[in-house]
Amino acid sequence: MSATTLAPDPPRRRPPRPPGLTRRLADVAVLTGRNLIHIAREPLRLSDVTIQPVLFTVLFVYIFGSGIVLPHGGSYTDYAIAGLLALNLTTSSMGTAVGLSADLGSGVIDRFRTLAMWRPAVLVGRSLSDLLTAVICAAFVAGTGLIVGWRPEGSVLSAIGAFAIFLLFSYALSWACACLGMVSESPESAQGTGLVIFFPLAFVSNALVPTQHMPAVLRFIANWNPVSAVTAAARQLFANPNPSATIHAWPMQHPVIASLIWSVALVAIFAPLATHLYRRRTTS
Amino acid sequence: MASTPMIEARGLTKRFGSTVALNGLDLEVPAGAILGVLGPNGAGKTTAVRILTTLSLPDSGSAFVAGHDVVRDPAAVQRNIGVTAQTATLDELLTGRQNLVMIGRLNGLRRAEARVRATELLERFDLADAGDRLLKGYSGGMRRRLDLAAGLVTRPPVLFLDEPTTGLDPTSRVRMWGVIRELVGDGVTLLLTTQYLDEADELADRIVVVDHGRVIAEGTAAELKARTGGARLDITLSAASVAAPLVLERFVSGEVHVSHDGRRLRAPVETAAGLATTVVRALDQAQITVDDIDIHQPSLDDVFFALTGHPPDAAEDDEGSERSEADLAANR
Repeated sequence: MSATTLAPDPPRRRPPRPPGLTRRLADVAVLTGRNLIHIAREPLRLSDVTIQPVLFTVLFVYIFGSGIVLPHGGSYTDYAIAGLLALNLTTSSMGTAVGLSADLGSGVIDRFRTLAMWRPAVLVGRSLSDLLTAVICAAFVAGTGLIVGWRPEGSVLSAIGAFAIFLLFSYALSWACACLGMVSESPESAQGTGLVIFFPLAFVSNALVPTQHMPAVLRFIANWNPVSAVTAAARQLFANPNPSATIHAWPMQHPVIASLIWSVALVAIFAPLATHLYRRRTTS
Repeated sequence: MASTPMIEARGLTKRFGSTVALNGLDLEVPAGAILGVLGPNGAGKTTAVRILTTLSLPDSGSAFVAGHDVVRDPAAVQRNIGVTAQTATLDELLTGRQNLVMIGRLNGLRRAEARVRATELLERFDLADAGDRLLKGYSGGMRRRLDLAAGLVTRPPVLFLDEPTTGLDPTSRVRMWGVIRELVGDGVTLLLTTQYLDEADELADRIVVVDHGRVIAEGTAAELKARTGGARLDITLSAASVAAPLVLERFVSGEVHVSHDGRRLRAPVETAAGLATTVVRALDQAQITVDDIDIHQPSLDDVFFALTGHPPDAAEDDEGSERSEADLAANR
């Protein structure tokens, strides 16, 4: 090496501290920050939480809205925005699967694994950066909704509650997607599998169409679908038209509690599973 | 051995399906020493490094790094090692500096410490100007240097370099050697793998030759070269000459072989200063014209041939066999 004279590195006397809680949080923060830098570098990655929500919102409101009559009256636009929030957040949670799968396919995870860091920080960091993209997604849907005439009628507090339920649910789904990313061979296959799972999940629900006139089997699935619970909870909190309120299925009668139970259950199942799959995938 | 070795492997075995990657590998590196692990593609070098750096578990055998069991206490091993893998392990979408800061932070440095260290390393590896550019724009040599810097962020006492110069052009290669040489020497224990005898010769105190997942020879570069019978002299004459072998006999250390057309001669030699000049001058005085002269230093192939009686057969495999081995390991 040319001009630089190298002072020899004194060997370190003290190895770095073993990870305690602060270290774990720091590791999570560092990796969340890394994912956010990725987003800043390639903003097009955000198209499915920015452009797509705007497009979906406009299309559904004007196309479906022209043909759908709600069972108990009310404007389709007011009805649809909660459903569009649920739809877009559900499909955008696939980003977790794609992102993790991409990381696993690159050498970066190998580097992380030789560091004295908290291993699950890779997953927790991903879930947090994806929560931030979910916030962006929700803002775009709600903003577009307000422009096309959506009006939440409830209190500000309950509207905040509705968004909190959406984000919690989205966070929970991203842990399920983390598992998907862990068992996928490539980001492309993660995306493909995700579509097959999440499109039916999002559509066989009360998100865009009232369930009342669905065939019996679909109606049953839709009434117990967590996406329906979350959507109904938001409609209730926004004081928007909520035809599901007259359905006897338990989650439709108690949508807020049902949403919370679903979200907590998803995290309780998929967070440990994702951690397990991650360890398995990265141990040979 | 007076003190406990910093790196120690005993009877490591590892299979991937029907492929035996390691077949009872033993290694020992005393503190502060540099061990070169020399072998062709697919010999098991990368698998050995992956096990020693906690990336992979052995099927049997045991390994200790800095006194810690790589299987039972990987976290303690991780706190003592720096790794530069053969494949790129840095984040393409971050700058060089961001990569180093991230690694420092994940190794438990505070933000300010990590930043200072990143700047230090960038300067030291001639990357100061490129530090704030995305990795995507780095050349192969720059990536390797950054990868090496990444392994040094926490000043680990034990370093692993897996084929640090494979794929680099000759200039970057020599530069990398300079960097590595300057790094070690004060207490850092280094294990490096390579396919090149000259690289092991340049950098390592001791060399182990690995084939089919086992150590087949061990010694200094000089000892290994001696086993190949040393260097070889190849001469091509303008025209066949019966006198030429007689002239050469004075300079060679064995029998002179002459080709069928009588123009090409080959013989083992002891390398000495000015040997080529002496030989050409002697032939010239005998009025024999020389078209080409080559003093061939023994290579990995020659060492292999001398040790096993056959060339390194894995070299005929596709180039990526070590890589596919790593991929296999990564996908498990």
